[in-house]
Amino acid sequence: MTTIITVTSGKGGVGKTTTSASIASGLALRGFKTAVLDFDVGLRNLDLIMGCERRVVYDFVNVIQGDANLHQALIKDKHADNLFVLPASQTRDKDALTSEGVEKVLKELEHQGFDYVVCDSPAGIEHGAVIALTFADEAIVVTNPEVSSVRDSDRILGIIQSKSRRAIEGREPVKEHLLVTRYDPKRAHEGEMLTYTDIQELLRIPLLGVIPESEVVLQASNQGIPAIHQKGTPVADAYQDAIGRFLGEEHPLRFVEYEKPGLLKRLLGGK
Amino acid sequence: MSLLSLIFGEKKHTASVAKERLQLIIARERVGLSGPDFLPDLQKDLVAVISKYVPIDPADIKVALEKQGNYEVLEVNIVLPEGR
Repeated sequence: MTTIITVTSGKGGVGKTTTSASIASGLALRGFKTAVLDFDVGLRNLDLIMGCERRVVYDFVNVIQGDANLHQALIKDKHADNLFVLPASQTRDKDALTSEGVEKVLKELEHQGFDYVVCDSPAGIEHGAVIALTFADEAIVVTNPEVSSVRDSDRILGIIQSKSRRAIEGREPVKEHLLVTRYDPKRAHEGEMLTYTDIQELLRIPLLGVIPESEVVLQASNQGIPAIHQKGTPVADAYQDAIGRFLGEEHPLRFVEYEKPGLLKRLLGGK
Repeated sequence: MSLLSLIFGEKKHTASVAKERLQLIIARERVGLSGPDFLPDLQKDLVAVISKYVPIDPADIKVALEKQGNYEVLEVNIVLPEGR
């Protein structure tokens, strides 16, 4: 059985691709055969975040249109065994991702014994975003502690609940998870930023994790190595915890409480 | 802004405002994504019903949706013709 996980948000720039890359990498590091698919036709970026942009030959649309087979298009990840990347097309029209075509590719991934398929959704609520969530078994809704992101997340939850196959066919609903990203415990503590509990209260879905705001994310994308590989950093640890929770483990939330820096730390100006 | 807060760079606690605004807008958008788009139809239906009993001009009926604090108020204002 292949589990299809859609990483979505409505709003752009909140960390969908960063999250898709890290969640897929983390699942693969735990031994699951995993594929991560870029649904952002025309604006592909997952390849850059995964560091495989120079190895792209065929893409998602090539596979759907029969120009290449899936085996040719899947790029084996350099940093994790069991992980494969399917890039989006950079040149095609976004309508090239047909529902039948995507379903066929997902079926084939299932035949090839993949445990997880992570679908990296484009921003917005148009065709690309809808097709990315159509076949989802689980959805990770990425939200920043910011009003427009929270509102858009609520919109996308409504779309999951109305347009996913599971909803349309009246099967068990898509399992929804909230992932709060770019969280700043200090600003939340000082009442300047929505807290993760505020966001959870507003959206009313279970919390998968809280990823702290960190320069590590930019460092990771600069190098094309998913943030989860930046071992020992709060971002990588927070993603590891989120994956653990996704798999049913219990982990207390970390990096969400603000600790006042001690006098020494303030004097030394350490980060 | 007082001199003190200028010096110490007092920060505004705006998160609670954000939460309140989101609570209202999300609740409204969940009910029906179209919002108060039903108002024209409602007005037409009201005119039809009332006209069965009292002759009124469709222009004499006003329907509005307003927000008052935490409540939404549907206001229906009907002016009955004089001389009855």
